[in-house]
Amino acid sequence: MNIWSALEPSQLINLSIIVPVIGAALLVFAGKRPNLRETVSIATAVILFTLVLGIADNTFNQVPMATTWVVLLSGLNIAFSVEPLGVLFALVASFLWIITTIYAIGYMRGHHEQNQTRFFCCFALAISTVMAICFSANLLTLFIFYELLTLSTYPLVTHAGNEEAKRGGRVYLGILLTTSIAFLLFAVLGTWVSAQTLEFTPGGVFNDVSSSGLIAVLLVLFCYGIGKAALMPFHRWLPAAMVAPTPVSALLHAVAVVKAGVFSILKIAIYIFGIDNLSEIATTDLMLYIGAATVLLSSFVATTKDNLKARLAYSTVSQLSYIVVGALLASSIAAAGATLHIVTHAFGKITLFFCAGAIMVATHKKNISEMVGLGHKMPLTMIAFAIGALSIIGLPPMAGTWSKWYLLVGALEQDKLIIVAVLTLSSLLNVAYLLPIPIKAFFTPAEPNQQPESWTETQHTPLPSLIAIAVTASACLLLFFFPQPIIDLINLIPGVSTEF
Amino acid sequence: MFAQHFPVLPIVLPLIGAPVCMLLARSQLAWLFATLISGFSFFISIVLLLTTLDQGVLSYALGGWEPPWGIEMRVDVANALVLSVVTGLSTLVLVYAKQSIDKEIDRNQHTLFYTAHLLCLAGLSGILSTGDAFNLFVFLEISSLATYTLVSLASDRRALTAAFRYLVMGTIGATFILIGVGMMYMKTGTLNMLDLAARIAEYDSNRTLNTGLAFILIGVSIKLALFPLHMWLPPAYTHAPSAVSAFLAGTATKVAVYVMVRFIFTIYGAEYVFHEMGMDVILLVLAIVAIFNCSFVATVQSNVKTMLAYSSVAQIGYMILGISLVTSAGLMAGLLHIFNHALMKGALFMAVGAVLFRTGSADIKAYYGLGKRMPLTMAAFTIAGLSIIGVPLTAGFVSKWYLVTAALEQQHWLIAFLILTGSLLAIVYIGRVLEVAYFKEPADPTDTTIKEAPVLMLIPMWILVLANIYFGIDTSLSVSAADAASKWLFQPAADLGAVR
Amino acid sequence: MSFIVDYYNYWIVVFLMMAGFYIVISANNLVKKVVGLNIFQTSVFIMYISIGKVSGGSAPILADGITSYSNPLPHVLILTAIVVGVATTAVGLALIVRIKRAYGTVEENEFKDKDALI
Repeated sequence: MNIWSALEPSQLINLSIIVPVIGAALLVFAGKRPNLRETVSIATAVILFTLVLGIADNTFNQVPMATTWVVLLSGLNIAFSVEPLGVLFALVASFLWIITTIYAIGYMRGHHEQNQTRFFCCFALAISTVMAICFSANLLTLFIFYELLTLSTYPLVTHAGNEEAKRGGRVYLGILLTTSIAFLLFAVLGTWVSAQTLEFTPGGVFNDVSSSGLIAVLLVLFCYGIGKAALMPFHRWLPAAMVAPTPVSALLHAVAVVKAGVFSILKIAIYIFGIDNLSEIATTDLMLYIGAATVLLSSFVATTKDNLKARLAYSTVSQLSYIVVGALLASSIAAAGATLHIVTHAFGKITLFFCAGAIMVATHKKNISEMVGLGHKMPLTMIAFAIGALSIIGLPPMAGTWSKWYLLVGALEQDKLIIVAVLTLSSLLNVAYLLPIPIKAFFTPAEPNQQPESWTETQHTPLPSLIAIAVTASACLLLFFFPQPIIDLINLIPGVSTEF
Repeated sequence: MFAQHFPVLPIVLPLIGAPVCMLLARSQLAWLFATLISGFSFFISIVLLLTTLDQGVLSYALGGWEPPWGIEMRVDVANALVLSVVTGLSTLVLVYAKQSIDKEIDRNQHTLFYTAHLLCLAGLSGILSTGDAFNLFVFLEISSLATYTLVSLASDRRALTAAFRYLVMGTIGATFILIGVGMMYMKTGTLNMLDLAARIAEYDSNRTLNTGLAFILIGVSIKLALFPLHMWLPPAYTHAPSAVSAFLAGTATKVAVYVMVRFIFTIYGAEYVFHEMGMDVILLVLAIVAIFNCSFVATVQSNVKTMLAYSSVAQIGYMILGISLVTSAGLMAGLLHIFNHALMKGALFMAVGAVLFRTGSADIKAYYGLGKRMPLTMAAFTIAGLSIIGVPLTAGFVSKWYLVTAALEQQHWLIAFLILTGSLLAIVYIGRVLEVAYFKEPADPTDTTIKEAPVLMLIPMWILVLANIYFGIDTSLSVSAADAASKWLFQPAADLGAVR
Repeated sequence: MSFIVDYYNYWIVVFLMMAGFYIVISANNLVKKVVGLNIFQTSVFIMYISIGKVSGGSAPILADGITSYSNPLPHVLILTAIVVGVATTAVGLALIVRIKRAYGTVEENEFKDKDALI
């Protein structure tokens, strides 16, 4: 599994951050020739994935990996070290980067987008910062690359360059920078002053959490400072960012950016506060219920949206809060569920976004009301859509079942019946806003003014995009039957366990 | 030994160079000569900084008259740091000025520009190195008079009225300082700073000394443009030639901040000023109002130079805020920001000057579509702007980090929060320019005269931009110098005397 | 009463200073502003010189039989300050000449109106 075993293990961290940057640089030179450019893109993505596989292999073998880049401020470094939670996120992000690149090639060509080199370049840079976030060894490093991720994705969000994209970009940058500077940086500094360390430490960095009002405030600041987790009322950027091209929405807003947010919250909950200590902090319940409210409210909003991407965006807001809720339940099993949900939701949601993009390229349709009967025309896409939707809802035999299961068990274990109720109700809402789309696509006859008889799916949907859709959809299935490697990895995280 | 004269050379070189420069009738020669003089002063300043970091303090008796009777030049870490900033920025600005002033100053006045610039540099170096309170006033006026002429050199006639306004305000400020020095002399009978410190330490509280301090603080506040005494600054910086604005924004007001630090910490002692007279609260409130008021005013300016001028006043607020925290950490953050702000504001004004050079306007409308036409200039503007905002991995982040930690160490949570929210306003005013530069279409797409700025303007601009990044990552030099300087300043004044 | 008489030099200083300051603020004519600025500075010169006087002391020139001298240092300082003041006045007047050339007036309200037209 580890083809990089000849290298010193810690070098793998450096490489996994640098390789995408090198890839981006090569892309600039290859910009004039699309074929070369896309070869470089895919090659970089594949190399990165093998690197992360190597890191995962080392993690299973308990090989410690850490590296320090520079001493930034006195006692504070830009440093990286590997822990299982980060490995898991890195695996998901780097694997889906390959798939998304394949998809994007088809989409961008099919859609005749401009500035494709800039697009692939920023894409690679964003992945590099995601890798750095995954392996960050302290809060400062996490914060720095969190900000860089915002900046490097801004050109992607405003890719279209029109008035709408600009407005979306302004909301995106505005909310993410505002929350991160006003709250997250403040929380980081507060942690530094009160704990005298920013290192991620198993069990948390604070000696005594129960009596301190300060720590209670810090928890709130962290939850809202990580605007990428889209906790209400700071969720507006996510729907606004949906003006981006679909591959961007797919990778960045179903996987990298939003997951970087909830990943940060999980990492902070586990390594800064400590899962066991969370229940003693005065504001944990408050944030827990805000998370639960976000789950429900955004599900309701999603049911009202007719634009497919907007509906998926609000669905993402809702699903992200599942993870926040799981992190804040202060139960090791709920934390495991939250971690697993990062993976399962990533595969489910990216499938849905891919399908939305494929429909847009093939038929130029954006609204759900226009997709009635489309199943007869685009059966493959719609079947994949149904699989993704079932996974998001959490029905067997789809991967989403497992994460929701653990989350529910965790909530029951903590006697939080309201949360149990919220999770159940939300799943019903998921059914209500996702399932009608494939059902109406298949069981309603196509409208007469649709595409002519000779119109076929494979002819109008780019082949690379179809392959990508097939891969992610089958992954949703596979992860239901073979979740063990991932669960093994989760059980390595200190304080997190799928056991009762 | 030649080296023993080093403390006085940064003053003497430009002072002698100025009249020589005027005799060199040709603009090119004068430019070369002035740049060489300034560059040599910079070299000496660096040597001085390294020497003082190593040995502590260098004392030089001017004309061989022993202190406290003669005039003493005293170079310690604090002023060597600021001296390096001033001479370094001066050198870069001179390189930049060669082409920049072509469009902004009449041809036959070019040599006068270099003369006045060298005089100003001599005055600023003098303020920094002198150990004599009255001598400080004299150098202050040398630099100020040179500054008035520099501002008035611009071919825009509004520069004349701005310079006159500056002259009136500046003279009132200088006279206030003169009154204050006179009162100190009345009470103590000495003008040497260390002697003053030792004798003032004998008084618990004295009305004459208090009045003297009040006069000095108000006078210096005018010179450093502390809110609400800043009204002379925006017109002066707006209408001055860009090279002058770049130089003044990074040096003149910063040197005045240094004068304030000297009077408060070395001569009167922090104890006297802050505990006896309660100046800390006044300064703190003014600083915070400056940050918010002037950042807000900056967001609504249509002239980009005016916008940057208001931003400068706001940034001075950060420095004063650091001083008013009355801790070694706060003072260090303030000093560090003097250094970092010179880097970012210098780069920003140079970028604006480059735009002015090509488009002939500093209005925000001139920036439409510049991202494509002047990519390097606008990239410089972007990075320096991010530094002003305080994005990680730029110099601005480092100073903001230390400022907030200093506030938090004193449990000033509200102040820390205000510092961070203040920087959000910087996002707005920098963002406005970036948005039109990268997203708006140029007003006249057929105009081919607008192209990238000349190399000689780009090089100094990019040196500053790269310095912004370098000092955002490797902070060992800037932070250790600022730290040593603040510790040096913070020791009780009586101990300073013992060093002699 | 002795409060006023004993400190008469300071009263003169304060009066001149305020008068000069008032002119700087209120005058509309730039030349008058410069005059006000000069009066303002002069008051400070007087303050310096008056504090150098030692009661019963003679002029600070070494001579036989004289033991008490006035302090010469303030005179020296103020010579420097006068030079600075003259230089400031010169720059100020030079600016006024150029303002007159550019605007055709030295009245503050008039050239403000002219700039408003641009």
